[in-house]
Amino acid sequence: MNLSKLNFFLTKKKCRVKIQKCIHLKPNIFMEQECQKTCLHDRHVALGALMSPFAGFDMPIQYAGITEEHNAVRQHVGVFDVSHMGEVRVSGPDAYRFVSHIFVNDVTGAPDGQIFYGMMCYENGGTVDDLLVYKVNDQEYFLVINASNIDKDVAWIRQNAEGFDVKIEDQSPYYGEVAVQGPEAEAAMENILGIKVKDIPFYNFKTFNLDGEEVIVSRTGYTGEDGFEVYGSHDFTRKVWDKLMDGGVQPCGLGCRDTLRFEVGLPLYGDELSADITPIEASLSMFVKLDKPEFIGKEALAAQKADGVKRRIVGLELEGNAIPRHGYPVEVNGEQVGEVTTGYRSISTGKSVAMAMINKPYDKLGTEVEVRIRKKTFPAKVVKKRFYDKNYKK
Amino acid sequence: MSKVIEGLRYAESHEWVKVEGDIAVIGISDYAQHALGNIVYVDMPEVGDEVTAGEDFGAVESVKAASDLISPVSGEVVEINEELEDAPEAVNADAYENWIIKVKMSDPSEVDALLDAAAYEKLCENE
Repeated sequence: MNLSKLNFFLTKKKCRVKIQKCIHLKPNIFMEQECQKTCLHDRHVALGALMSPFAGFDMPIQYAGITEEHNAVRQHVGVFDVSHMGEVRVSGPDAYRFVSHIFVNDVTGAPDGQIFYGMMCYENGGTVDDLLVYKVNDQEYFLVINASNIDKDVAWIRQNAEGFDVKIEDQSPYYGEVAVQGPEAEAAMENILGIKVKDIPFYNFKTFNLDGEEVIVSRTGYTGEDGFEVYGSHDFTRKVWDKLMDGGVQPCGLGCRDTLRFEVGLPLYGDELSADITPIEASLSMFVKLDKPEFIGKEALAAQKADGVKRRIVGLELEGNAIPRHGYPVEVNGEQVGEVTTGYRSISTGKSVAMAMINKPYDKLGTEVEVRIRKKTFPAKVVKKRFYDKNYKK
Repeated sequence: MSKVIEGLRYAESHEWVKVEGDIAVIGISDYAQHALGNIVYVDMPEVGDEVTAGEDFGAVESVKAASDLISPVSGEVVEINEELEDAPEAVNADAYENWIIKVKMSDPSEVDALLDAAAYEKLCENE
C-alpha cells in the first residue's frame, strides 16, 4: 500500500522562514521541506501528536484519533492550535473604504466588535482567499486569513492599497491563536481560563487586557459548534493551552478540524474555493453583497449572478460504504460532469458524503449521479451541502 | 513498537503474505494499520478477479485517506474476508488475524522476492 498518501495535508509550498526539518513517516521530495513551528509545537510533540506539514507549518494532525477528537468537539469541548493562521491589521483614515474595496461582504454600519465572513476576489471573480474581518472601529480592522495564503494575501492587500490612506501590518508572526470549540466551550473559557465570554454574541469579539497584554477573543470557529478563538502573544497562547490541558480539554488536530468543517458545509480554500472558483460557484453568494457601490471583482460576480454559473458546489450522498475523496470524478451516463472537492464517511452521521463541483444542470437537488472510486462507480444523489446541523449559540 | 510475525513474508509496501500450499493469504501489517489510524472501509476485489504482483487490488481507507493495496503475488482471488465489509476496524484490532484476500498463486516463486520478518522489521525501523 502507498502510505505516502497518508500525508494528506501535503503542500508543495515552501515556508517563508526556514527553521526546522520535518520528519515524517515516509519522506519524499516534497516532505523534506523546511517547516515553521507554531508557538505550541513542543506541546504537540510532548503529547505524542501525529505531525504533518500543512501550509508550511509542522502541524498536529491528531492526538487521540480523528474520530475521538471530532466527537469531543460535537459533544463536549476541544481545543485547536490555529496559530498558523494569518493576521493582518488595516488601520488609518481610509480603513473602512479600503476594506469595502477588497472584501465582498458589506461592513457598512456595523457596530464595533462585529465580525464578517467573506472573500477577497480577483477582478475576474476568482477567490484570493476567504477570511474573517473584525471591525475594531471605522478606522481599524483585523483580518484573519488562511495560513497557506499569507504571503499572497498580504501582497494582494498592499498592491490594492494605492490611493488609500491606510497602514497595513502583517501581524501573523506576533499572534498565536487557539480555537476552543464545542457545546462546553463557554464553560471552558469561563471556568478554566477565567475569561468572561458569556456576553460576547456570535460573530462578535472583545479585547481583554490579560497578563499585561491586549488579547482578542471572538465567538467564532470552523466546526459548526459554539466556540471561541483567542488571539494573543506566543507566551500568552502557551499559557492558555497549558491551562486548557490541565483542565482536561481534548487537544484536537487538523484532521478533525477538516471533518468538522466539512460536515456543516464550510468551505476550505484549495478545495471549495480557489483562484479558479468564485464565491458564486462555491454556493456562497450570500456573502457577496452586490448592492455595495464598488469592490474588486464586483462586475464579474454580478455577471455570474445575473447569467447564472456553469457549475457550482453541491452536496452528494453516496449509496454504500465507499468513500468519495478530493478529485474523484462525478459522472452521468459515463461522462464526467464534475469532481469531488471534499469527501468523507461522516463521523457524525455515518454516511458517505461529499462536496463536489458539478456542471449544470446536474446540480439540482435529487439528481442522480455516479462517483468513480478507483475502478468502480457508485450511485449518489445531489443533496444540500450541510450534512450535519450547526449548533451555534446565536 | 509495531508487531511483526515470524514466518510471514512482507512487501515493502506493508502487505503480508502467509503461504498455505499454492494459496497466499494477504493482509496489511501492524505497522500499516497503526500508520493508517481508524480504518473505516476496505475496498476488496471480487472472487475470480486476477491480481498481479506489484499492482493495486483494492484500498484501505482511514477517516482521512485512501491507501492502495498492492498485491505481493500474482494469481486469482479465491476468497475475500467478507467480515471486513461490516467491520473494517477489525484490521486495527489485529492486522494479522484479519486477512483481506486469499489468492491462488500463478507463480509461487514470487514469494521469494518478499522480505522475511527480520528484514521487514528493519524496514519499519528505518521509516
